Amino acid sequence: MFTATDLACSRGERRLFEGLNFSLEPGEWLHVKGENGAGKTTLLRTLIGLSPADEGEVRWRGADTREDTDDYRRAFVYLGHQSALKEELTPIENLRLTLALDGFAADDEHLLDALRRMGLRGRENLPARVLSAGQKRRVLLARLLLRPADLWVLDEPFNALDAAGIALLCTMIGGHLDVGGIAVVTSHQVIPLPRGQELAL
Amino acid sequence: MNTLLVSLRRDLLLAGRRRSEVLTALFFFVVVVSLFPLGIGPEPALLRRIGPGVLWVAALLATLLGLPRLFAADHADGTLEQMALSSQPFVLQLAGKVAAHWLLCGLPLVLLAPVLGLQFGLEGDALVVLMLSLLIGTPLLSLIGAIGAALTLGVRGGGVLLSLLVLPLFIPALVFGAGSVEAQAAGLSVRGHLSVLGAMLALAAFFSPWATTASLRIAME
Repeated sequence: MFTATDLACSRGERRLFEGLNFSLEPGEWLHVKGENGAGKTTLLRTLIGLSPADEGEVRWRGADTREDTDDYRRAFVYLGHQSALKEELTPIENLRLTLALDGFAADDEHLLDALRRMGLRGRENLPARVLSAGQKRRVLLARLLLRPADLWVLDEPFNALDAAGIALLCTMIGGHLDVGGIAVVTSHQVIPLPRGQELAL
Repeated sequence: MNTLLVSLRRDLLLAGRRRSEVLTALFFFVVVVSLFPLGIGPEPALLRRIGPGVLWVAALLATLLGLPRLFAADHADGTLEQMALSSQPFVLQLAGKVAAHWLLCGLPLVLLAPVLGLQFGLEGDALVVLMLSLLIGTPLLSLIGAIGAALTLGVRGGGVLLSLLVLPLFIPALVFGAGSVEAQAAGLSVRGHLSVLGAMLALAAFFSPWATTASLRIAME
């Protein structure tokens, strides 16, 4: 269970939102909508504890996320705007290192399998700088297949993806929800998934 | 501890893919040090007198050269955020990065120092003391520099600000580092100088990772 109570955030002098509430049960997901600059990314960064909230609190399984950070950090995976990919490294090296820094180990078999499921067969050993924006996004999304997490926090995950990629990601989020996961997604797209709540900023 | 090693290996692997950045600092060190004998001329007594100071100042500047890049790339592509959100301690990941910085930027300076010291007529024991002082001093420079790099991350003109911030903090290391070689030349014991350097290193090794972590968390807000 993932809840936010009376959350308020500002960027500089400007109040982005206040009195924001939501509550998500396992299997539910939140679609955060809003104009450019409405504070979608700030909300997500506040939820995961990268930016402090002015007021209010975020609770994960009943515990305040500011106090119980270790359990909380193990529970979620966050994919932001930035790719967090190293241009010099291959997709497989990138994934292996990101997982290792997060305290997870994966053997080459699993890494290759995840990259292939993301449609990157034959690109595993190219440096990431030669990949297109969409392919980089797919490498990033492969983390969702490898890093076990109950909560997915995805900031504009559909950016740069083609139609097949969008369908694939929808299936992945759907599968995550089916096994009792929770997702918070910002997007301007219509996402055809059940059990969704909408939040307009 | 494992986290530290993962982060260290990652930075070494990345440095292996872009060697020019590492070699630039080393080449800078060699060139700056070599300019002094050429500019001053062949006066053995004078060169022997200024040698330790020149080598130490060049080591400070060479360390400084690589510092702005310590966190910049990871900050720009979002890796730093992922590290901060990781279930592993952020402070250990950063300690690994600083260790990698020293292995790539500091240790080569220590190994090159005796070769360059020969140009100044330094010999035997003086070279050993010079190497020892740099061996203790360069990790100290990396640790102090990391705090400066974290504080100036994402600031416009951060490179210049970083120099202004960090160079004064390097002064104690310079005084006791170069001083140890001079003490040896004067026939005094070098243990005092090296002990003070070692004490500063121990302090920095304990506090610097925490200060760096706190600065980076603020930079990412």
